[in-house]
Order: sequence, then structure tokens, then C-alpha cells
Amino acid sequence: MDYLNSSFAALADPTRRAILARLALGEATVLELAKPFQMTQPAISRHLKVLETAGLIEQRVDGTRRPRRLAKPALDSIDEWLNTLRQALATNYDRLDQVLAEMNLKNGDPQ
Amino acid sequence: MNNMTQNKMTLTTEGDRFVVVTRRFAASPEAVYRAHTDPELIKKWMLGPPGWTMPVCINEPHPGGKIRMEWSDGNGHGFYLTGENLEMEPYKRLVHVERMHLPDPTPDNHVETLFEPDGNGTRMIMRMTLPNAEVRKSMLATGMETGMEASYNNLDSLLA
Repeated sequence: MDYLNSSFAALADPTRRAILARLALGEATVLELAKPFQMTQPAISRHLKVLETAGLIEQRVDGTRRPRRLAKPALDSIDEWLNTLRQALATNYDRLDQVLAEMNLKNGDPQ
Repeated sequence: MNNMTQNKMTLTTEGDRFVVVTRRFAASPEAVYRAHTDPELIKKWMLGPPGWTMPVCINEPHPGGKIRMEWSDGNGHGFYLTGENLEMEPYKRLVHVERMHLPDPTPDNHVETLFEPDGNGTRMIMRMTLPNAEVRKSMLATGMETGMEASYNNLDSLLA
């Protein structure tokens, strides 16, 4: 799915991930987003454009303000959340398999 | 990656309040229980994507005992979780509450974990609270910094 590709490209940058983490706490203007990153407004705007194209964030019109917020379908659906949880747990449990195999080798070890 | 077919994990929702996860492990209930309660063992696997570590893991093994886990990506980024153990029946059942600090604490996630003998191994059943949309959103944003890093690494090597 093309949407997924552009989402991953959008998320591959730490600044863009940090912007999403900030927006998860509530909407924010470009100026508000630029401040903590010590970046110029045009630089932040370029990141926002990439995130918008990927469908991860959207603009709201509020008079002259254009606050950004997380796009609804991309981030708060139960399916999306469950997929992330599934991936995280599966990775951990695969690792636990190895830990258990090592514990088994050291049979009788007190700790 | 690993041989996931035999010990495949399932994850299902129960109504709109709970998530139930099952997984079989090729080890005794005692070993799987210890791997869930001994901080030195927890640090080895409850890590998320490659590159992350758990520099701090506290788990006081008694009802009312404190839980604290801190994750770090080695580059000054991280987050932490706190909680309390509520019920501990050795090698059979664990009940605890936990919350992520993002940095504001998420509502308590009530988790019950069962360890049942299954042939030579253990069937683990974990039931946890399904957070509401607001909480999911903030957890997802953190998850993107953490849980998806492995995918980025794959992407990086594809693009290299």
C-alpha cells in the first residue's frame, strides 16, 4: 500500500517523530512546534509537509492560525494500536524464547 | 526471524475493554514466571526494538511491591513505566497495575498473566486493559519512537 510507504518515509526522521509525539499531546502551530527543536519555521514547515502528505497530520483553520494535529484515521484507531502492540510483544517474546533457552542450559543455577 | 510458527502469539480483543494475548513457550511455568518477575531476566527481553536497553528494572516480588522500568535508546532518549504488584502466585499467576509516563502518566493498565503447563512447555495468557482513544494516541506516538525503530533499521539497510 502506497500510504504505508509514505508513512514510513515520513517517520524515518527523528524530528518528524518528535513532532508527532508533541502533537499527540494536542494541536500546535508551526511556531509552537519550531521552538523546542531550535529550527527555523521553513525547516519545520518542510517536515510538516512530509507528514501531511503521508496522511499522518492535518491542518485546522482557526482564523489566521493553522494549528496542526494528528490525522484521525492514521493514529487513533484500535487496529493501528493493536498492530503496534502486536509487533512490540512479538519482538519481546521472540527474545524471551532465547532467554528461556539460556536458562535451561544453566539448569540448577540459583538465579 | 525466529521459529515463530510453532509458538505463535495470538492477540484478540475482549469487548472494548480488554486485550488478551496468548503465547506458548518451550520452558516450564517456573522458568517463564521467573523471566517475568526477576529484574535481571526481565532486562534481557522486555526491550522493544534492537538497540534499546533497560538500565533500570525494579520489581519487588510481593503484593504491594513496586515496579519501575526505564528504557533507553542509548542516545539520551527514553521513557519509563511505574506500577505495583497486586497478586503473586508463584509459577501460576501474576496481577499488577502499570502506567507509562509520557511524561504524564497514562491511566492504570490492569494486567493479569497466567502461566499454564502445556506439555513440555507453558501457555501464557495475558489480559490487559484496552486504553481509550486519547491514551492510545499518546502511546502510539511513543511507540513510533520505539516500537517501530526496528522497521526503520530495516528500511535503512534497504536504502543503503
